[in-house]
Amino acid sequence: MTEFASQRRRRFRWRLVLAWTAVGLAIAISILPFYWVLRTALSTNGSLAANSANLLPADFSLGAFKRVFGLQTTAEAIAAGGSGASINFWGYLLNSMLFATLTTAGAVFFSSMAAYAFSRLRWKGRDKVFALFLGTILVPPIFTALPNFLLVRNLGLLNTMAGLVLPYIFMTPFAIFFMRQFFLNMSREVEEAAMLDGARHWRIFFQVVLPNAAAPLATLALLTFMGQWNEYFWPLLVGSDDSSRVLTVGLSVFKSQSPQGAPDWSGLMAATLVSALPVLILFAAFGKRIVNSIGFNGTK
Amino acid sequence: MVFIAPALIGLVAFYIVPTFRGLYLSFTDYSILGDPEWVGMKNYQAIAKDPMFWNSLWVTVEYVVINIVLQTSIALGLALLMHNVAKSILVRGALLLPYLMANVIAALLWFWMLDYQIGIVNQVIEWLGLPRVAFFGSQIWAIPTQALINTWRNMGYTALLIFAGLQAIPGSLYEAASLDGSSPGQTFRKITLPLLRPVLALVLVMTVTGSFQVFDTVAVTTQGGPINATRVLQYLIFQRAFNEQDFGYGSAIAVILFLILMVVAVIQMKFLRGNESDLD
Repeated sequence: MTEFASQRRRRFRWRLVLAWTAVGLAIAISILPFYWVLRTALSTNGSLAANSANLLPADFSLGAFKRVFGLQTTAEAIAAGGSGASINFWGYLLNSMLFATLTTAGAVFFSSMAAYAFSRLRWKGRDKVFALFLGTILVPPIFTALPNFLLVRNLGLLNTMAGLVLPYIFMTPFAIFFMRQFFLNMSREVEEAAMLDGARHWRIFFQVVLPNAAAPLATLALLTFMGQWNEYFWPLLVGSDDSSRVLTVGLSVFKSQSPQGAPDWSGLMAATLVSALPVLILFAAFGKRIVNSIGFNGTK
Repeated sequence: MVFIAPALIGLVAFYIVPTFRGLYLSFTDYSILGDPEWVGMKNYQAIAKDPMFWNSLWVTVEYVVINIVLQTSIALGLALLMHNVAKSILVRGALLLPYLMANVIAALLWFWMLDYQIGIVNQVIEWLGLPRVAFFGSQIWAIPTQALINTWRNMGYTALLIFAGLQAIPGSLYEAASLDGSSPGQTFRKITLPLLRPVLALVLVMTVTGSFQVFDTVAVTTQGGPINATRVLQYLIFQRAFNEQDFGYGSAIAVILFLILMVVAVIQMKFLRGNESDLD
């Protein structure tokens, strides 16, 4: 029996080693590319080819970051393997910030209002209207993007921040769905007490419901912000000139602007890293909240 | 009704009206300038005979299939590992990180790492004594490469969705199974998989509809090439509508894409009975 037990234990241990190896591999594949981006961004273009497998930065330099932020003169940039073209990185960064912040604020606020009406207020046709909202999740974004582009163009809002934020600022179906789920499970007591005091729906919503929903609102705002920060297709259509470009669109321009021959890899990787930074910071600060929200996304 | 007014404006102006307008445009000849002109089924007839469309459809399906197989199997494996072995939230966070990156960033990052000349991956391949691979430059590799980038970005997220499904299965079922002498393999097939079905159905629908709409990574890296190897449906729509100013034609392909997605979603939900759970 002891021999049998030890055999089983050994088999168990091997399984555990195997399982952890798989986990370790998956984590390495997920995270190591980010190190490689950093390492490349801190390298000098001219040295990359000769040291392509060196794990440390090849010929350490902050030049790539200087290039990204426009701190190098054109001659310096070209000498370092950059394109020499001026890239309005600060402008793109500001546009991305504005785009993500405005759409998040609008969508979260207006969607919460709608979600409140869909969960706590009783009115005729409520569930049918909600089904209509839910149905929009089925429509692929590309399908509405073409007509929406025409609408924004006819309004004369192409290449403006207003045109960029318009389709998102009123609501997103996901945000309504997300907040409704939370409001449905909220206790009615506080609300009823306020109602007995003769408070109107409006006041109840602002003074009772919203403060009680701070946690899910924060989660929703985080998810929406990151999603909007990463948005590419719509900003590509509507914000294509230099003044309205967001970072995702600007980055691809950065890539295609590099002159023939070798691309400005270290500059591109520095720009990529800076573009990813806001999301990385949010993830470092609120990682647990973000990770825990994922199950909700799908199953409920 | 002040409460739903803003959301309603958004719904009508940017979802409902565009849906019908898109449908209408697909029956017109419209070059952005001027007015749309009704041409009936002309766009659809032209698409049926357009080899470029059939190539795009084929290439997109190839991308979708690689994504389903790879992403779902890897994610299922990772979810089981996170559920049974690596329970720390740090593991979940690490695996989720790529998903938080923009597609554009994921694409650029791999564009660099998979570079033919000095990319680290080709360095490793050569070091292993194998021939270098032109990941983005070869017609055979271009689509699998795009699919791999997408799998890299999404596997952790998909795994977390499945993980949430695993967490919902009551532990008492596993205890009962182990008392009955069920082997781990049996337990997985007889308890875990069937109870996971609604979540798996949802994950599949999301993977398929998401993959059918691939655009960002292609636009940033191969731009449809080499030749037409990565000219996926959404990229074709983008080119027809915006580069060639043929909005009617582009809209018609978008309608077809929409229909494909609807049919696929309905089949998957029916087939996997994704809207009912065995847990009740």
